[in-house]
Order: sequence, then C-alpha cells, then structure tokens
Amino acid sequence: MKSTPMKSTSMKSTPTSFSLAARLLHWLMAPLLLAMPLIGTGMVNTVSAWRPWLADIHKPLGLALLALAIARLLLRISEGKENAQRTISSAPGWQQRMAALSHFVLYGAMLIMPLLGWGMLSAAGYPLPGIGAFHLPAIAPQNVVLYACLRYAHGACGILFFAAIVVHVAAGLLHALILKDGVFSGMALSLKNRNGTTVHASDQR
Amino acid sequence: MSSSFLSRSLSALRCMPAALRNALSIPAETRLATPLLAIAGVTLALTGAYAYAAGWLTPHRLTPSRIISTFNANAGTYAGFRRNQAKGICVTGYFDGNGNASQFSSASVFDAARTPVIGRFAIPGGNPLISDAGSPVRSLALLFQLADGEQWRTGMNNTPVFAVHTPQAFYEQLTASRPDPATGKPDPARMKAFFNAHPETAAFRQWVAAHPPSSGLENGTYYSINAFQLINAAGDKQYVRWAMVPEQSYTPVGRDIKDPDFLSRGLQQQLQKAGQGGLHWHLMLTLAKPGDVTDDATQAWPADRPSIDAGILTLTQAITQDDGPCRDVNFDPLILPRGIQPSADPLLAARSGAYSRSFNLRTREEAAGLANADADAHTRSGGA
Repeated sequence: MKSTPMKSTSMKSTPTSFSLAARLLHWLMAPLLLAMPLIGTGMVNTVSAWRPWLADIHKPLGLALLALAIARLLLRISEGKENAQRTISSAPGWQQRMAALSHFVLYGAMLIMPLLGWGMLSAAGYPLPGIGAFHLPAIAPQNVVLYACLRYAHGACGILFFAAIVVHVAAGLLHALILKDGVFSGMALSLKNRNGTTVHASDQR
Repeated sequence: MSSSFLSRSLSALRCMPAALRNALSIPAETRLATPLLAIAGVTLALTGAYAYAAGWLTPHRLTPSRIISTFNANAGTYAGFRRNQAKGICVTGYFDGNGNASQFSSASVFDAARTPVIGRFAIPGGNPLISDAGSPVRSLALLFQLADGEQWRTGMNNTPVFAVHTPQAFYEQLTASRPDPATGKPDPARMKAFFNAHPETAAFRQWVAAHPPSSGLENGTYYSINAFQLINAAGDKQYVRWAMVPEQSYTPVGRDIKDPDFLSRGLQQQLQKAGQGGLHWHLMLTLAKPGDVTDDATQAWPADRPSIDAGILTLTQAITQDDGPCRDVNFDPLILPRGIQPSADPLLAARSGAYSRSFNLRTREEAAGLANADADAHTRSGGA
C-alpha cells in the first residue's frame, strides 16, 4: 500500500475546516434537502390525505431552502474558494475533481429546484404560497407549454438531485469511516477542529 | 459453465477490497468490511425511501396515475383534453358577494364586492366527442380570482351526493364501468356487481332516479359534493356544503334529443337571450350542525339544515374550450382562499391528485404539439 505522509502534516499546519457558519448551514439544510425529493415524489404518487399534507410542507420549505441556498452561495463566495479547497487539498487530484463536480451539481440543484418549482406554479396560474395577505409574485408568464416544460424539469432534476445527495452521503461516509483524511471532519460540527489546531479523533490513523 | 461463472464472480469479489485499497490508498491495516457495509446500508436505505415514496415498492397503491390511466383505458386518449369531463365549454362572468357569509368566513369573496370568475360546464367521461344526452350528470367548475392574489377553485356536480365514499371505491367503479368492446357500453353485470358490493352508492342512484336533469346547463343546480370548513376572523369553524342555485327556472330534460351538443348550444342561446345581464345563480351555503357527517360525500345532511344566500354568480359569456380561458385551468378543489378549508373527506385529496395528473398530461401534450392537431379534428366534428 502506498502511504501518504503529507496528509497529516498539511492538516496540522493549515485550516482544515469549513467555517462554522458554512458547517451550520450544511447541517441545517442537509436533512431538509434529503427530505424534499422524498416529499415531492411522495405527494404526487398518492391520492391519500398525505398529498395535501405533504404539498403544504413542500412549497414553503422549498422557498425557505432557496433563501438558505442563496445565503450559502454568498457565504461560499465571500469566504473564497480556498476555504473549501484547503479542506480537500490533501486528497488525490481525481478526488478533488469529483468533489468540485459534486459541489457544482449540489449547489446548482439547491438553487434551480426551488426556482423551477416557483416558476412552474407561476406558469400554471396556480396561486402562490403566501404569508397572510402577502403572496409571492409570479416569476414566469402564465403559459401551459412553459408549465409543462418546467414541471418536467422539476421532476427530472429532483431525481438527479436525490441521486447526487445519495452519492454525496456515501462519499462523506467513505471519508469519515475509511479514508479518515479530514474531508468529513472539515464539515463535521466539531468545534474543536476549527482552526486545525486540534485534529479530530477520526483523522488519526 | 455456470460454476466457472460463479468462481470468476467470487474471485472478482475477492479482488474488490484490494482494488479499493489501491484506488483510495487505504493502508492494509484499515478494516473495510464493517464501514463498507454501513455505507451500503445507508445508500440502500435512502434509495429505498425514495422508491417507496415514488410507489415503486407498492404497485397496488392507488396513485393519481392509476386513476387517470383507467380513464384513458375506458375512453381512449384524446391528446390535450382533460382525462375526465373531457367535453365542456368555457364561461366567464363574476360573483357579487353580499356580505351575508362574512360572519362565517374571512374569505374576501364573500364581502359585498365583485370577484371575476372563469368557469367551465362539462359532462363526465374521457371522450370529448360524446353526446351531451349520454349522462344525467353535469358539472360546473369555477375559479374565483380574489383581489389579493388568492383563488377559490371549485368543481361542482348537478347531484348533491356522490356515488362513492372513498378513492378506492371510485377506482373500482371506474374499472367496473369500462365499456364492453362489443356494445360500447358498460357491462350491466359488472355494474350490478359493483353496486351490490357498494351499498353506499344507493343514495346517489336513488337521487338520480328521482331527479331528472334540467333541460339545459343554465337551469341546473350545481353542488359542492364534498363538505368544507368556513373560518372567520375569530377562528370559528363552520362546516358547509354549497350549491349554485339558478334563477333560470327548472324544466326537466326532454326525451329523444337529436343534437349531441344540445347543452352547449342551448347555453349559448340562453346567454344570447339574456344579453348583458347574463345568467344568474345564487351561492347557497348550507350550514352543518354538530354531529353531521362531514367526511362522506355519499351522505346528505338532513333537509332542515339552514342555508344562507352568499351572493350572485353572473355568467355573461361562453367560449369554446379549444381556446377559451378555462382550457388551461386545473379546477383543483383544494385550491382555496384563506377562510375556506377542506374537510376530511378522502375524495378531496384524490380529486386534487387526479386533476393534477390530468393537467400535467394534457399540458405536456400541448407542449409536444400533439394537442392542436387533435383539437382541430374535434372542433370539426362538433365537440364543445
């Protein structure tokens, strides 16, 4: 087996974690993002009382996740690329490329999915979710052909998004349980690890 | 041959850990079996959860797709048309609330104000070419566009009770009424078997037998079928059913009607005669008493329940559904403004789901360019 001695040294000398804000956002959104495709596909595949119940969760939760996704994107931009890259700089090149691709897909889906949902409700002329008398504005013209396209895209992206989440979870567990290379602990909610001064127990081989 | 395949598979499996160690530079002392099992377990659980939500693990679950494909199986597929109540005509007008219902509901539609309305009269079934005389059932669907961006959509029938209580029974009725290829009509034996198995259909059948439908669309009464809840500003709840009761006087439908489009044609004539003033219905809200059954559309409430006249619906114009404003509307009965809430009637969620599936299919056909060719053919043959 090849050994990779540079890992542990680089980890101790540079910040190896995402910022606390980024990690809090990640773990706040993680269960909700995992639930959304399940809620969405569940509500359109039943005629039971689950349907309206799930739909009433799906729409406002989607809106909340859009706001969180925008906050997360802004945070990532403001903190700079380095923060995210440093975390995985010890990994081989192909793993870094995979990570970059998966982040691109996950961020893209986080932003596009709620916009597709909002857009398709607008295009169908459905009333939009609101709080009290305030209702969201339509973001697309009322047009059933546009609705059909957006509805299809929302469903198709939903399946891809869920698949990407499953791969992301599996990869995260691979890093946490087997590789123990600091990639998982960089996102873990372990306050000690923040500045790289204390290496998380799971990082030690 | 199979044994060599097996041994090759086994040796491939045995090589996998080594390949994985190589690819990910995992030291030999790191244990793989338990973590890999855990990862596989989590992945499988997540995939399984999605498969369950999507209905892939429960092929017998009643889904909107199943209901709608049964409509298609019964009537054929007419691209761009609704899967049920395919034949219909758009109407436009307005509703003048009078404030009488405001004590029960905070919905602005009940204020003493005017709310624009898009509507659609229709007859049941998935065939847009069917004769209007074929069924005693007719429907009126309405979309009230409230001032504050809210909407109230309702789909009403000209019968105060529905034949079945549950979506499952509705599905069985649909299956039982599949036309016999030989006669083009439902098999009477299968229908009889269905009715025998579903005694809750008796009230509906008795009502239909005792109440011949009106001579036209304009002099029919249209009922909400399901119960709903009104909620006022104080949060008080009141179960109601509503009906659109015509000012145009009722006469029963004639026998031996030759014109397959007599309903839509008659409506247009009546609207022409009425002129600017339009045709009128009163929105009557029937108030339930505590203890009345509110989650079963097969059961009527006692006749002595009080009702209030909440305002007047005026319809002024009829437009063909090929390009009328109702064409692109899904009259989902669960699209309700604040101040109106659904009851626990299990039919409501099923109607919402099935209508939505139908809407998705026909808009997809519209997007694929399939609908126009068909719609033209149907217009030529006289469809509404």
